[in-house]
Amino acid sequence: MTTDTLVPFAEAMERYEPVIGLETHVELGTRTKMFCGCTTLFGAPPNSQVCPVCLGLPGSLPVVNRVAIEYTIRIGLALNCAIAGWCRFARKNYFYPDMPKNFQISQYDEPLCTNGWLDVPVGDRVVRVGIERVHLEEDTGKSLHVGGATGRIHGADYSLVDYNRAGIPLVEIVTKPVDGTGAAAPEVARAYVTELRDLVRGLGVSDVRMEEGSLRCDVNTSLAPRGSGRWGTRTETKNVNSLRSVERAVRFEIERQAAVLDSAGRVIQETRHFHEDSGTTTSGRSKEEAQDYRYFPEPDLVPVAPSAQWVEEIRAALPEAPSARRERLQRDWGLPEAEITALSNVGALDLVAETVAAGASPDGARKWWLGELARQANDAGVELADLAITPAQVARIAELVAAGTLNDRLARAVIDAVLAGEGDPDDVVAARGLGVVSDDAVLLAAVDAAIAAKPDVAAKVREGKVSAVGPLVGAVMQATGGQADAARVRELILERLTGS
Amino acid sequence: MTELIRMTAAELSAALVNGEVSATEVTQAHLDRIAAVDGRVHAFLHVAADSALAQAGVIDARRRAGEALGPLAGVPVAVKDVFTTIGMPTTCGSRILEGWHPPYDATITRRLKQAGAIIVGKTNMDEFAMGSSTENSAYGPSRNPWDLDRIPGGSSGGSAAAVAAYEAPLAIGTDTGGSIRQPAAVCGIVGTKPTYGGSSRYGVVAFASSLDTPGPFGRTVLDTALLHEAISGHDPCDSTSIDAPVPPVVAAARQGDVSGMRIGVVTDLSGEGYQPGVLSRFAEAVELLESLGAKVTEVSCPHFRYALPAYYLIAPSECSSNLARFDAMRYGLRVGDDGVRDAEEVMALTREQGFGAEVKRRIILGAYALSSGYYDAYYGKAQQVRTLIIRDFDAAFAQVDVLVSPATPTTAFPIGERADDPMAMYLADLCTIPSDLAGNAAISVPCGLAPEDGLPVGLHVMAPALADDRLYRVAAAAEAALTGHWGQPLLTQARGLDS
Repeated sequence: MTTDTLVPFAEAMERYEPVIGLETHVELGTRTKMFCGCTTLFGAPPNSQVCPVCLGLPGSLPVVNRVAIEYTIRIGLALNCAIAGWCRFARKNYFYPDMPKNFQISQYDEPLCTNGWLDVPVGDRVVRVGIERVHLEEDTGKSLHVGGATGRIHGADYSLVDYNRAGIPLVEIVTKPVDGTGAAAPEVARAYVTELRDLVRGLGVSDVRMEEGSLRCDVNTSLAPRGSGRWGTRTETKNVNSLRSVERAVRFEIERQAAVLDSAGRVIQETRHFHEDSGTTTSGRSKEEAQDYRYFPEPDLVPVAPSAQWVEEIRAALPEAPSARRERLQRDWGLPEAEITALSNVGALDLVAETVAAGASPDGARKWWLGELARQANDAGVELADLAITPAQVARIAELVAAGTLNDRLARAVIDAVLAGEGDPDDVVAARGLGVVSDDAVLLAAVDAAIAAKPDVAAKVREGKVSAVGPLVGAVMQATGGQADAARVRELILERLTGS
Repeated sequence: MTELIRMTAAELSAALVNGEVSATEVTQAHLDRIAAVDGRVHAFLHVAADSALAQAGVIDARRRAGEALGPLAGVPVAVKDVFTTIGMPTTCGSRILEGWHPPYDATITRRLKQAGAIIVGKTNMDEFAMGSSTENSAYGPSRNPWDLDRIPGGSSGGSAAAVAAYEAPLAIGTDTGGSIRQPAAVCGIVGTKPTYGGSSRYGVVAFASSLDTPGPFGRTVLDTALLHEAISGHDPCDSTSIDAPVPPVVAAARQGDVSGMRIGVVTDLSGEGYQPGVLSRFAEAVELLESLGAKVTEVSCPHFRYALPAYYLIAPSECSSNLARFDAMRYGLRVGDDGVRDAEEVMALTREQGFGAEVKRRIILGAYALSSGYYDAYYGKAQQVRTLIIRDFDAAFAQVDVLVSPATPTTAFPIGERADDPMAMYLADLCTIPSDLAGNAAISVPCGLAPEDGLPVGLHVMAPALADDRLYRVAAAAEAALTGHWGQPLLTQARGLDS
């Protein structure tokens, strides 16, 4: 593998203007597959959720899953799209072992939803991302290539295919080209996917778990000299399967393409693969030698013609949009808009809302998710939502802090323990004896011992030099193993020495 | 009593109900006939003797137990090898599916079993239903019971030959461009292409999805109607299946009355390329219908002349995609899997060796017609022609109740005569293709022997979609009058198996 020359991002942005576009695939959470009655549960033994239809056996025929159509319309409406009154599925023809029929039933020039937009909060502003189309198709099987260096089919010793995923309904959401974002392009890309994920999750049509592949992204990036008034040749980066990766992939492609253009080279229109470990992309198949998919209307299916009445029923039942929700939460919590946006951008808004719903104060919930937990997630290189702690557990910790049972240091220890799988916060506190020592009798004994051990310090305090009390507080805290409320300890010492 | 194999399905049904014969005896008689003649006819690719007898035993037991069974219970039926069948191979006449045993039954297979019909075996066909002679079968051609050196038509030639050779009273085929009606015509039996969507395609290995239509063969119009009714009706597993009542085909076949019916003779389906004896028998049949009280007029369908070229773009386009799944990965033939070649090479080698010449020709033609830059000129244009043909039919059916033409331009041709001339072979479906493109219903019923070669000629009747019953009214009227004229059923004159 050749190592690409890169231009540092900031430098690239001085000379070039990026245009990005995103194609996002969302596996719908229907109970059954797109064209047959097989279940869609994730993680079943290979090839245990298959039938003649999703295996593409000779003679089998597809029948459209009405719920999948409804879910797609729901997404389309939430993205402000027009819903087609009549449209057809099309066959996309190409040979690959994980495609049972060697064609994919998809949509081509007649997508179900077209021409919408999504408002995406980025920093303190909102970027409106245009939506070109939302269409429905079937997922392929999953290949496992064994042996070989690349993990791809070429060079593998053998390949295994699991068709459980074949035929799961897949919605493809394609943006219009997003230009004018400048150096914010990587951030905009990430914020768009975050917003889309939250929107789709809120619609209840998918669990949108990137780690299970139920939300997958292809990121298009192109670069043109600033002020040139034209767009450059784009690359399509596949396999971008986390929010962080979306941002990194755009950033990397900008740095790589800038170097190509700097050296008077030509960016090749091609598919590139993103590598999670290195944050780099490598060349896949060139679009210029790409195959002809020979699309034509799927003759095994009748056209889909959702009635206007049905579409309006679906529209009326749409849940609150994330942007409206953000406005409501901002009012309810009394937080500045920038705070809400920050929460949203790091994918913490849902978590904070759930934590508040579980009993924490908005401030407390926000503090823990954006502070300690964000740090932990960052260290572990995972998304906040993927941390092994629930909003209910965080709420309980915030509650214990508010009640004085835990101080911040103890709370962090409880978080560590919960993340380590030691159980709920109350279990951890009980098992480790982590509660704040709030029994004044116990504390007074420690205070008296500290005064006796440091008579010179005590004398200074008695003389009115209150600021000298620190070493005494420290001694008490040490004696109680840190499980005391330092403010209360200070009060008790001053009471003892000055009578106030 | 008549020899069991010479009895019609309706006669067998009555004899079974009356307890004059058992399903086991009927089945055994047909298995014996197959054993005696199929070495020469080669109608079958697979004879399911054991399962047929077992099925017959079950029917006999149920009847003894007093159960009320349908009209086809205990009646043998042969099934084209394009329908999936649990417990029997399904090859589609292709090497590429050799050894494949489908794990599921086609809807029609299931309906036949539910009706108590005895499936005696799977019949030969042109590979993947592409052809008009069965010469494209990877397993060798079937032969015409009228003359064993001639083709039995195709692609459902095995089914037609089986019925004409008294190996089964009934058979199932599929019609994509004429694959039921053309073999029925040249074998001197009855065959119907129902309205598209009237009979389920689920479990029919697809050739051209927008055209493929399963349908029945019989030696009489009534038998054909009985089978037509048994296999028809809405199937939720086939999105293109029509959710409407089955047209009353059996009642129409029993009625057989054409008085007052308006019959249109399609002037565009005659003239050059048509065998004189075919045209004369057809003209006599039309006169006969007129004498029975039908009002006959001439009707022009000017776009029918473009039906054949449009068909040879649409059908190959769909087949190029439908047949992509035969890639050696999951079932059927696998060539060259030596642990060194990669998947792509194994796919290519398997398809190279597994498909015959005609199938490859159509896949290449179809892939070309669908390819970027050519789509509009070929596939797109062909679809426009299809619309014009539908309009021709609409205009015609605004004036008449049914249309008639010869079923084929010629009688059965000798085996080998057109094997190397695809265009000549394609012309065999000249009259039948328009109904497939329009998706409406049509039947072929024997109307005599061409004087020049003594081979059967078919009268082709076409009706609007979902008016399948009209076909049976006309065909039954013609059959009754003609049989009266001949003194006995036409098929009794077939001499191919006498020697």
